[in-house]
Amino acid sequence: MLQLFKFKGGVKPDTHKAPSVQQPIGRAPLPPLLVVPLHQSIGGQPTPLVETGDYVRKGQCIGSADKWLSSAVHAPSSGTVIAVEERVAAHPSGLPTLCVVIATDGRDEWIERAPIDYQSLAPERVREILRDAGVVGLGGAVFPSHAKLAAAKSVAMDELIINGAECEPFMTCDDLLMRERAEEIVRGAGIFRDLLQPKRVLIGIEDNKPEAVAAMSAALQKLGEDFAEFEVIAVPTRYPAGGAKQLIRVLTGKEVPASRRSPEMGVQCFNVATAYTAWRAIAHGEPLISRIVTLTGNVEAPRNWEVLIGTPIKDFVALGGPKADTDNYLMGGPMMGFEVPSLEAPLVKASNCIIAGSRTLFPPAPPEMPCIRCGACAQVCPHELAPFEMYWFARAKNFGKTQEYKIFDCIECGCCSYVCPSHIPLVQYFRFAKSEIWSREREKNLADAAKARFEARNERDERDKAEKAARLAKAAAAKKAAPTPEAGAANAAPTAESPADAASEAQTAKKAAIAAAIERARVQREAVQPKNTDGLTIAQRKEIAEIEARRAPLQTLQTAFDMPAGNPRGTENTETTEGSAAPRSTQRND
Amino acid sequence: MLTAILIMALGAIVLGSALGYASIKFKVEGNPLVEKIEAILPQTQCGQCGYPGCKPYAEAIAEGEAEINLCPPGGQEGVRKLADLLGREVKPLDAEEKPKQVAIIDEQTCIGCTLCIQACPVDAIVGAAKQMHTIVGALCTGCELCLAPCPVECIRMARITENIDSWKWKYPVIEIKQFKRVA
Repeated sequence: MLQLFKFKGGVKPDTHKAPSVQQPIGRAPLPPLLVVPLHQSIGGQPTPLVETGDYVRKGQCIGSADKWLSSAVHAPSSGTVIAVEERVAAHPSGLPTLCVVIATDGRDEWIERAPIDYQSLAPERVREILRDAGVVGLGGAVFPSHAKLAAAKSVAMDELIINGAECEPFMTCDDLLMRERAEEIVRGAGIFRDLLQPKRVLIGIEDNKPEAVAAMSAALQKLGEDFAEFEVIAVPTRYPAGGAKQLIRVLTGKEVPASRRSPEMGVQCFNVATAYTAWRAIAHGEPLISRIVTLTGNVEAPRNWEVLIGTPIKDFVALGGPKADTDNYLMGGPMMGFEVPSLEAPLVKASNCIIAGSRTLFPPAPPEMPCIRCGACAQVCPHELAPFEMYWFARAKNFGKTQEYKIFDCIECGCCSYVCPSHIPLVQYFRFAKSEIWSREREKNLADAAKARFEARNERDERDKAEKAARLAKAAAAKKAAPTPEAGAANAAPTAESPADAASEAQTAKKAAIAAAIERARVQREAVQPKNTDGLTIAQRKEIAEIEARRAPLQTLQTAFDMPAGNPRGTENTETTEGSAAPRSTQRND
Repeated sequence: MLTAILIMALGAIVLGSALGYASIKFKVEGNPLVEKIEAILPQTQCGQCGYPGCKPYAEAIAEGEAEINLCPPGGQEGVRKLADLLGREVKPLDAEEKPKQVAIIDEQTCIGCTLCIQACPVDAIVGAAKQMHTIVGALCTGCELCLAPCPVECIRMARITENIDSWKWKYPVIEIKQFKRVA
C-alpha cells in the first residue's frame, strides 16, 4: 500500500451526494434547440466554420481551434444552424458570447466515425487529434488537454494522476462515470500514459466513493497486464482533495511551487471524465459533444444525466422536476460554483453540476460582520495563504499588497469563506481583486503600446520634416548654382536650339516619366496579394464579395474622372497624400 | 586646536569632492517625477488637457504649472492617483467624465482623404489616398482627434461595452448611503 501524504488546511462540509447516486446515468432527451458557445475552453476563441442555414451533422466541427492553446467545438446533434450570434453565456456575468444555434431535426445523424490507431501515430499527431476533437479538462477548468500531454524536456515524468476525487459537495458525475464506465476511463488514461510515459499511474478517489474504487479496481484487473503500472488509491475525504495540486500532494508528497507547472515536478493530472472523452475521441472517433452532469438539490428526482453540450439549462432542469420553492440554480458545486444568470444559458463543457437552490437548502448568508482576525481562514487555506490579510487589502483596493500576499495562488476553493465566523464572503473579495488587477494590467499594456506608437510617430514626423527641409535646401542651392539660362541650357540639353524648345522637350520627358510611373504603380498594385485574406469565414468572404461588387462601378467612375486630369497633379497627390480622389473632396479643397 | 581645524577641513574636502563626483557620475537625465506622472496618465494623447500629448502635460504638472484635474480620460481615479503621488489635494475633475470609446469610420461615406490618418496621434488608422480608411479598434485610444478633420463627417465614437473577457467581479462591499428624508 502506497504511503499517503497530507495537504494543509481543508474543510469537511456535508457531502449531500447520496440523493443523486441512487439512479444510473440517464440519457437526456434531445432538446429542440442547441446553443453551442464557441469559446468553451481556456485559450483562443475557435473560428466559426458554419453559417446560418447550414445543415450540420452530429459531431461535425463547427468551430476550429485558432491556435495551439485552443480547442475545437462540434455540433452535438444533427440539424440546421438557425443563427450564429451572441447569446447569454453560462458565466457569472450573464453577458452574451458568440454561439452557434442549431435547431435539431431529431435524426441525430452522425458524421463518419473511424477509430484511430493512435499507437502508430506520432505523439504530435495524437495531440492534434485530441485538440480537434475538443477534448478539454472536464473537472471544471476546461484547460485544453492536448497542451498538457507533453512531458517537460528536462524532467522525467514520474507519476500520471487520474483525478476521481470529486471533493465538491452535491456533485456525483465523476462517481457515476467511474461506476459505470470504468474500463473506458482506464483505457483513456492509457492513451495519456502512452503520450507521457510516466513510471506510475495513480487513480485517486476519495474514500467516500467505495463503489467507484471497486469498479475502477475491477476494470484494472480485467484489463490485466497492459495496465500493470496503474493503481487505484482511496484518499481521505477532505475538501478540496480534488484540487490538482492537493491531489498531487496527497498521492506523491510533491508540492508544486506557485510559479511552476506540475510537469516540471514530473507529475501530470487529468480528470476521469477527460480520460473517458479522450478514449471516445480516439477509439470511436467521437468528439466531445456530451458530458455527464449532476442535477440535484431542490429537485424531485436528483440524478446524473448524459447531456449534449449546448442544451439550454431550462430544458435540463425540467428533467429533475424542480420543487415549487426553487428560486435559484447553481452551476458547479456550492463551494466554487456560481449562480446561473439565466435559464436560457446553455450547458457547456465546464458544467459538471446544476444544483437547484431554495431558501431552505441554501439560507441567505447572515450579514457580514467585521473581521476579528481569528485566523480560522488561514488554518483552512489549502495553499497556506493568509486570507484575512488579503481581505484587508482587497477591501481597501490596495491591489499591490494583495499581490504581495500571493492572491494569484488562491484557487478560490471557498474554504476560508466556509469557516469565517464573521460570515465574510472572502472569495468574492479575492475574485474582485484578481479581476481588477487583470483589467489594470490590460489597460497599462494598452497605454504603454499607445505611448510607444505616439513616440514613434513623432519621431517619424520630425524625420520627414528634416528630410523635406534638406531637400528644399538642396534644390535652392542647385538653383543658385545655375543662375544663367545659357549655362543651364548648355548643361541640360546640348541638342536644344532655343529655350522654348528645351522647355517643351522637358515637358514631354516629364510626361513620359509620369506615364511610366503610373504604369509601374499599376503593375505593382496588381502583383501585390493582400495578406489578410486567408482563413476567412464564409460569411466574411461573402461580405468582401459584396463590397467589391459595390465598389466596381465606383472604380470605373473614378478612372473616368482621373483620365482628363491624369497629369502632374496626380503625382503630386501621392507625395502629399492630401489627395483629391472623389469630386466631393476636390470641391472641399477649393 | 589647529589639528582639529585641519581634520575638519580635510573631512570637508573629502566629503565635498565625493559629493561633487557623485553628482556628476550619477546625474539623472530628465525629471524622474515626469516619468512617474506619465505612467499614471492614460496615454490617449488626446490633448484635452490643453497640452499636446500626455508627456507635455506630465512635464507641466511636474513643473507645477498645470492642475492635476485636467485629464478627462484619466477620470477621477486618475486625479486621485496624481494627488497621491504629488501630495496635492484631490480636486474634482475639470470636465465631464466620459466612458471609454472607440472611433468607427463609416466605410460607405469615407472618401479616402487621409486627413484623419494625419490627425491620429497613435497610428491607429490605416488607409491610403483614395482608398477607404479604417480604424484598428484595438489600437484606438478614443481621443476624438480624428472627428474634426474629417470633411464628410464619417467618423463616429462608439462606447466600448463590457464583454465576457473584460467583465470584472463587482466590489462586494455595499456602501451605506444616507438618504435625506423627504418631508
